[in-house]
Amino acid sequence: MVDIPYEGIEGIPPAEVPDVELYHPRSWWTRYVFSQDAKVIAIQYSLTATAIGLVALVLSWLMRLQLGFPGTFSFIDANQYLQFITMHGMIMVIYLLTALFLGGFGNYLIPLMVGARDMVFPYVNMLSYWVYLLAVLVLASTFFVPGGPTGAGWTLYPPQAILSGTPGQDWGIILMMSSLILFIIGFTMGGLNYVVTVLQARTRGMTLMRLPLTVWGIFTATVMALLAFPALFVASVMLLLDRLLGTSFFMPSLVEMGQLSKYGGGSPLLFQHLFWFFGHPEVYIVALPAFGIVSDLISTHARKNIFGYRMMVWAIVAIGALSFIVWAHHMYVSGMFPQFGYFFATTTLIIAIPTAIKVYNWVLTLWRGDIHLTVPMLFALGFIITFVNGGLTGLFLGNVVVDVPLSDTMFVVAHFHMVMGVAPIMVVLGAIYHWYPKVTGRMLNEAMGKFHFWVTFLGAYLIFFPMHYLGLLGVPRRYFELGDATFIPSSAHSLNAFISVVALTVGFSQMVFLFNLAWSLFKGEASGGNPWRATTLEWQTPETPPGHGNWGKDLPVVYRWAYDYSVPGAAEDFIPQNQPPRARKLIQGAAS
Amino acid sequence: MAVALILLLVAIGSVLFHIYSPWWWTPIATNWAYIDHTINITFWITGFVFVAVIAFMAYCVFRFHHKEGRRADYNPENKRLEWWLSVGTGVGVAAMLAPGLVVWHQFVTVPADATEVEVMGQQWQWSFRLPGKDGRLGTSDVRNIAADNPMGLNHDDAHAQDDVVIENGDLHLQVGKPVKVLLRSVDVLHDFYVPEFRAKMDMVPGMVTYFWMTPIRTGTFDVLCAELCGAAHYQMRAKVIVDEEREYHAWLEQQKTFAELSPAKAIVKATYQSGGK
Repeated sequence: MVDIPYEGIEGIPPAEVPDVELYHPRSWWTRYVFSQDAKVIAIQYSLTATAIGLVALVLSWLMRLQLGFPGTFSFIDANQYLQFITMHGMIMVIYLLTALFLGGFGNYLIPLMVGARDMVFPYVNMLSYWVYLLAVLVLASTFFVPGGPTGAGWTLYPPQAILSGTPGQDWGIILMMSSLILFIIGFTMGGLNYVVTVLQARTRGMTLMRLPLTVWGIFTATVMALLAFPALFVASVMLLLDRLLGTSFFMPSLVEMGQLSKYGGGSPLLFQHLFWFFGHPEVYIVALPAFGIVSDLISTHARKNIFGYRMMVWAIVAIGALSFIVWAHHMYVSGMFPQFGYFFATTTLIIAIPTAIKVYNWVLTLWRGDIHLTVPMLFALGFIITFVNGGLTGLFLGNVVVDVPLSDTMFVVAHFHMVMGVAPIMVVLGAIYHWYPKVTGRMLNEAMGKFHFWVTFLGAYLIFFPMHYLGLLGVPRRYFELGDATFIPSSAHSLNAFISVVALTVGFSQMVFLFNLAWSLFKGEASGGNPWRATTLEWQTPETPPGHGNWGKDLPVVYRWAYDYSVPGAAEDFIPQNQPPRARKLIQGAAS
Repeated sequence: MAVALILLLVAIGSVLFHIYSPWWWTPIATNWAYIDHTINITFWITGFVFVAVIAFMAYCVFRFHHKEGRRADYNPENKRLEWWLSVGTGVGVAAMLAPGLVVWHQFVTVPADATEVEVMGQQWQWSFRLPGKDGRLGTSDVRNIAADNPMGLNHDDAHAQDDVVIENGDLHLQVGKPVKVLLRSVDVLHDFYVPEFRAKMDMVPGMVTYFWMTPIRTGTFDVLCAELCGAAHYQMRAKVIVDEEREYHAWLEQQKTFAELSPAKAIVKATYQSGGK
């Protein structure tokens, strides 16, 4: 059964990875602002993403105020409500989650985990961040332009998105498209870096099958993003041309506000295909880094090797590949050719198999482990529950005919929030508690962390689990007010009010977390270099936080896979990846 | 062990909520009970998996949480176990997918005796059209739309003349008669959505989409728009009334045809306009 060699006898490649000439900052500006160091760029990405994410969080409060207590808040009108949902969705999916997982965690962890000194193209990496920041600023500016941000829904479906019946039709939609185009340009610069770094800059001994799953997740997600974002890019450019130059890529002959418009001959469905060809892989672009990171959190804090490492790697790759042929399951009721339903339902449900394998392997890693219920572990457990819940409801929506009654209802809203909102955020939070000591040299406060976890996890579950049942009842999404509808009982309104109260509570509990981040920076307990006693390379740096160039004079050499926890016979319950086998024998000798 | 208990309670609480939830689907009004059955099968299978995974996880936390001196097993893989879990998952997936595809086949196969009804969406109201005595709907084009021809019917098409046009009114359907609902939009995406019907479909400008159903009980049902269509999306409402045969025909008698609604000079004007462009 045990056929992954943990002795590390074989597999140190003869070819040495040449050490690289690093760019050395000469001033405060090039060290901390226009920095080419991946670790600084990572923090810049993370802070920017968190800042814009907080805007999206506030938008969600405003939405919940309106949904829970319709008619109470006169400062929210129907147009604004649509603008809130649009910006909330767009920011959370792209500007927060994608940027945070790839730009934030990717930049910080890839070079450290593969044993490189930095990304392969540090200058392009720096540009990537600044273009991303520009994209965020353009996006944020839409709140201040005449007409405000677009209210077309985050899917931006034409014709509606660029016609006058939709808020933000003037500047909002134009700047939204421009911002997306910038984001994709910025991401492409960063993404090429991550891929080349993983493939070319691994240190001696770091074979692909010794990579921590975090790197596998981020790497695969990046490859997917490089293939998927171009579809959104061209869709954005084409929609922009339709809006500005009067082309008709997506615009058929139609009536706008009672007048026959100038458009004709285009296809609204074409946009949907392009959008979802990007949009479905996007779900996994967010999910795969979360899968990878949570695998490492569970393994480290359960003091046990990840179960079925090779299957986990193949599952990541299989999910990544399959996710490119399932996109039209977002379009079952779009009016596309109905026979497509068979194909897309089948591919979609097949994805459940590698995904289920990952879940089994996470819980089987816990089996006979030595489970330390640290804050990162709690968040990992919270992730498993919310992800299993959200994944299983995906089997409803992916099964074409079941999707028909449920599509465009609150069931969909509940599903995707559970599976790609709450679950990845659980991982993000767990990962921050896990790696904060490496980034700052101090531990986050554990009492505040546990409070934060329980309020966030239980609260989020109370928000989104009952919401599915509103959708089963038939409550549609994207409604400013439900109004008079005989099928909606008054109890549904009470449930909406309950959800809103919990949502506000969970939202405010994040302030405890932000306080913890700031407080621990100065008052947190000193962590040392490897507080979790973890095996992966980032914990073995000579300095904490890691210095410029990550490693001292010599790059680390890797002798074993990333999961040598509780190896029988070893004195400690972990063996770092860079510990040579000889040293291990010595320890054994000392122990016996 | 508090953490394990809370995790278990999340699973148990979810099941109890499911059983006792006062929020459940509306009483069905069409032949699509098959869809409800497929949802029920899916609930059983996914519910079982959900409880099993969470319970196993809670047990692990209870049994294997850190104590002084505990040491984890070293167990990189177990091919046989992973293989069986994959196969088991595949069987569960097939058990949901197979009935789903069978019902989808029914959903996309319109019976030959279905009568056609047209629903047209525009910001932010519904219009309906029924074929007249000739049993056929006439052609339409957004370019024909004018104040006295809001559905853009083709004046030159003889089939259009006897079409029953219902603007700003409610749609009536006859119980027990299969109907193919043709869907059309003149501006943006809409979606003809009646929760009790289960079936729904987007309406796309430039295309005619459809679904079919057989109403199985009489009553009055709310029509909502289920595809975001702009500022007043949430106010785009109408009603569908499913009647017995006699009431249905009594209603139908009162409706006006396209020819009755459009005076002769309007036809000339519309022809002139379309000719001018």
